[in-house]
Amino acid sequence: MCGAPDQAVALPPGTDLTKETVLTGRVLADGQPVAGAFVRLLDGTGEFTAEVVASASGNFRFFAAPGTWTLRALSRSGNGETVVSADGPGLHQAEVAVA
Amino acid sequence: MSRQDVLVTADWAEKNLGTEGIVFLEVDEDTTAYDGGHLPGAIKVNWTTELQDPVRRDIVNKEQFEQLLSAKGVGNDDAVVLYGGNNNWFAAYAYWQFKLYGHRDVKLLDGGRKKWELDGRPLTSDVTEPTATSYTAQEPDNSIRAFRDEVVEAIGGKNLIDVRSPDEFSGKILAPAHLPQEQSQRPGHIPSAINIPWSKAANEDGTFKSDDELKKLYDDAGYNENLSTIAYCRIGERSSHTWVVLHELLGYDDVKNYDGSWTEYGSLIGVPIELGTGR
Repeated sequence: MCGAPDQAVALPPGTDLTKETVLTGRVLADGQPVAGAFVRLLDGTGEFTAEVVASASGNFRFFAAPGTWTLRALSRSGNGETVVSADGPGLHQAEVAVA
Repeated sequence: MSRQDVLVTADWAEKNLGTEGIVFLEVDEDTTAYDGGHLPGAIKVNWTTELQDPVRRDIVNKEQFEQLLSAKGVGNDDAVVLYGGNNNWFAAYAYWQFKLYGHRDVKLLDGGRKKWELDGRPLTSDVTEPTATSYTAQEPDNSIRAFRDEVVEAIGGKNLIDVRSPDEFSGKILAPAHLPQEQSQRPGHIPSAINIPWSKAANEDGTFKSDDELKKLYDDAGYNENLSTIAYCRIGERSSHTWVVLHELLGYDDVKNYDGSWTEYGSLIGVPIELGTGR
């Protein structure tokens, strides 16, 4: 693995990454995955756009559009957020640290 | 209606788990969420198969609703508490159907699964097997349900509240951002609709904002209290959340949920569509 980002997040069959802008990532507390965190996708103005529950391995995924997004996570381990810029279609990855 | 007639708190729910005459029903967008853990004693309702007709695009009819509640062990006099994930979207959709079919005592767990989990309250994977009842529903109360023709007629005349995200409203995207975007219908919104995303009515933990905050939210967005109202979203579940706010919490008269919503409207031939951020 060599510390490489987790590429194993399965996308639904037929997802066309030349057209879809997919944001994926993990929620981490002290470097460890946080299962079941509530991950909120906020648009460039801070407006709520969507929310998902992170998987057992802390992974989450959104289908968005090019632009600047804030990923905000709420969990029993604390809350945190990170900004991700998606300059175009494709797979964009981010980690959200909570404390 | 007052807030106590519509919502129960997580504290109240935890104290009343297992109480005779109170039935907790979980309705999730993710229909597998219940299986991984739910409120002790709660019974699962699958919105994709149990709140919709399996063949036609429609909610369940009166007979199907009666069969559902009978199978779930709900009596006509039981107090029903609905809750679910994703800020109670689908629990609100179920709440609206319970009102449509005249259930007397139905409430939402404020904050739903999210607040429950963030609070660290008890969850179990033990499945509760209900004892069947013989439930009798009322005829549907269509004063709280809008159909497509009256939505078209409402353009420019009623409050049309589009509760989707700003990017869905403007036509930039066709579905919420946690769902794939390939859809057949046209993007945009109903002309004259104002965009008040459902999420503005909820706190981060999934609870509803205070009555004062809610009233200010709609006032500031141009909501006219003197007009009838139709709320819509993509498939009618987020607009159920807003219907609960406007009709149940704020007590406005003549508020309808358009459950056909954008997946119906955006597929109709010849109806007007507006793009952009609106007024």
